[in-house]
Amino acid sequence: MPMLQEHKTAAALAAVFLAASTAAGFAQSAGKEGVTKTELGSTPSDDMMKAWNIDIAPDGRNLPDGSGSVSQGQEIFASTCAACHGEKGEGGEGMIGGRLVGGKDTLATGKPVKTVGSYWPYATTLYDYVHRAMPFNAPQSLTPDQVYAVSAYVLNLNGIVPDDAVMDKETLAKVEMPNRDGFVQMDTKTLAKTTACMKDCTPLDVSK
Amino acid sequence: MTKAEDVGGIDRGRRRLIAGAALGGSSVLMARTAMAQAAGPLVPQSMLEQGQPVVTPPYGVPSKFEKDVVRRPTDGTPTDLSSWSFTPLQDLHGIITPNGLFYERHHNGVPTIDPDQHKLMIHGLVERPLVFTMNDLMRFPAVSVIHFLECSGNSLSEYGSKPAANVQTSHGLLSCVEWTGVRLSTLLDAVGVKPEGKWILAEGADAAAMTRSIPMEKALDDALIAFGQNGEALRPEQGYPVRLLLPGFEGNMSIKWLRRLKVGDQPFMTREETSKYTDLMPDGKARQFTFTMQAKSVITSPAAGGMIEGGPGPVQISGIAWSGAGRVKKVDVSVDGGRSWSEATLDGEPLPKALTRFRLPWRWDGSPTVIASRVTDETGYVQPTRKDLISERGNAYTYHYNAIAPWKIGQNGEVTNAYAAGA
Ligand code: HEC
Repeated sequence: MPMLQEHKTAAALAAVFLAASTAAGFAQSAGKEGVTKTELGSTPSDDMMKAWNIDIAPDGRNLPDGSGSVSQGQEIFASTCAACHGEKGEGGEGMIGGRLVGGKDTLATGKPVKTVGSYWPYATTLYDYVHRAMPFNAPQSLTPDQVYAVSAYVLNLNGIVPDDAVMDKETLAKVEMPNRDGFVQMDTKTLAKTTACMKDCTPLDVSK
Repeated sequence: MTKAEDVGGIDRGRRRLIAGAALGGSSVLMARTAMAQAAGPLVPQSMLEQGQPVVTPPYGVPSKFEKDVVRRPTDGTPTDLSSWSFTPLQDLHGIITPNGLFYERHHNGVPTIDPDQHKLMIHGLVERPLVFTMNDLMRFPAVSVIHFLECSGNSLSEYGSKPAANVQTSHGLLSCVEWTGVRLSTLLDAVGVKPEGKWILAEGADAAAMTRSIPMEKALDDALIAFGQNGEALRPEQGYPVRLLLPGFEGNMSIKWLRRLKVGDQPFMTREETSKYTDLMPDGKARQFTFTMQAKSVITSPAAGGMIEGGPGPVQISGIAWSGAGRVKKVDVSVDGGRSWSEATLDGEPLPKALTRFRLPWRWDGSPTVIASRVTDETGYVQPTRKDLISERGNAYTYHYNAIAPWKIGQNGEVTNAYAAGA
């Protein structure tokens, strides 16, 4: 019977294959044991880890070497940032980047102006963000010295560091932001007020 | 028109066709045209001519008559590279969002990424830092799960003085698909998280290098490293080739184009969790790490920006409900401005952290009224009224608006947002 013969051949082949693969250490197994923890993926090179590891912690960990002054920052800002944020970071009509300066004491007024100066809790976030995302049209194009310098300038425009300030990994981590304690860490608050009333309920307030 | 007349009409046409056939080819054509005209809509053109061949086109697209069912961008941002577009909720059925209609929110455009070049690195406080190719990722055990994703800025217009004119704009930063991917806990197991590891920085490979801090608890719970969306690869707008998905959490945290996960001992305080995506309270303090999207529902038909066509009579009220805290328990609908509420029918068993479709038949008597829906989730949380929400949070909160949305029905059947100017 040709059918049976074919089957036999297939079975024999499978047995040979199984024996061969077991010999080479590739035992077939299904289920969870099929993937062992460290089988997949490879170890990143030191170069790769260094190049990719760009985040700056709020305590200043991972800030790179280099430095920049307020006056150097002013020059860089004028040529690479001002077109979108205004000459002095004031933002305004037609500026695609928005305001980076001012808004002091506005957070509780009902008309808050949230800027680096009035709202941001950490100066390290300024370095991290400008380095990874700005200028908007050429992200990651600035050197550490340039990022330190524009950070110094934006902080100076907000009256947080003096005119002669120089930012580096020591000084930037020490800058105290005005709104440092302005945040309460919590998950979304549950409102318990509204009940699932079914009959004779208070109508929805649809006044503007 | 009765059925008998209908059949008679076709008969008449057919008789004429048969008569024409006896006169030769060109007459057949004339007779057929005459028949089509005579029969009019009784025999549609689609039955008189052959249709399109297969693979026209190879990747199928909606009917040309659905051309208005599209995402629409906000007009509120100064650049369309950091901007958003809304899902047309008013045109969708069920709970699944088609991939081409999934809402968008990018902070510096949609990157073009070759999956063969893409890598995901996991490092920081781990025993074995590892880099995964897409092929590596796809060899891990995977799952498919249905979850919604909602931008925490969805409905932000409703806090302020300019509420949105239609449901697409007021609620359309919301979509729901079937995601396929590897549990993040599986990958964390592979790298071995050190005991001090409490937060994970997730970073995207886009021009914003988008970053958020993810609490370890969530990472080990239901977080997914997703590469599939409704059965196909992720769309570029949704993070192709791979993204993070944190079910029930604000959309921004589900980092797209995921390239790096770094385990740390504290939150990283990125710009997107300090300057943005924090909720300013009236006393000037801001809530931070408000991750969960709380229960919310909205009627999508009839909905603001639309119309009840054809006057008074039966109307099928239908909408969607969801909760980042779990399953929808029930949805109540009011057709009298909130004075009384009826429990709507839910389509099937609600899934956790997914949209649930609700329906309620209604007989509209033609008089102006206000309709609204209100969800209760499995934790017992009841969707708040706008008044309750704003009295607790003020108007500068911006994110996480989840209040009941009342739609006004006008005498002419026009449906408007009850809070919008001119409504
Ligand atoms: C081409 C326009 C453009 C240029 C040039 C530009 N920016 Fe920006 N900037 C933007 C946009 C747009 C955003 C908002 C991005 C978003 O929506 O995520 C932004 C955001 C920022 C923010 C965050 C503001 C906040 O409150 O969250 C900072 C800080 C910033 N830019 C600094 C800079 C600096 C420093 C430079 C120069 C090195 C610069 N920008 C150059 C467009 C620009």
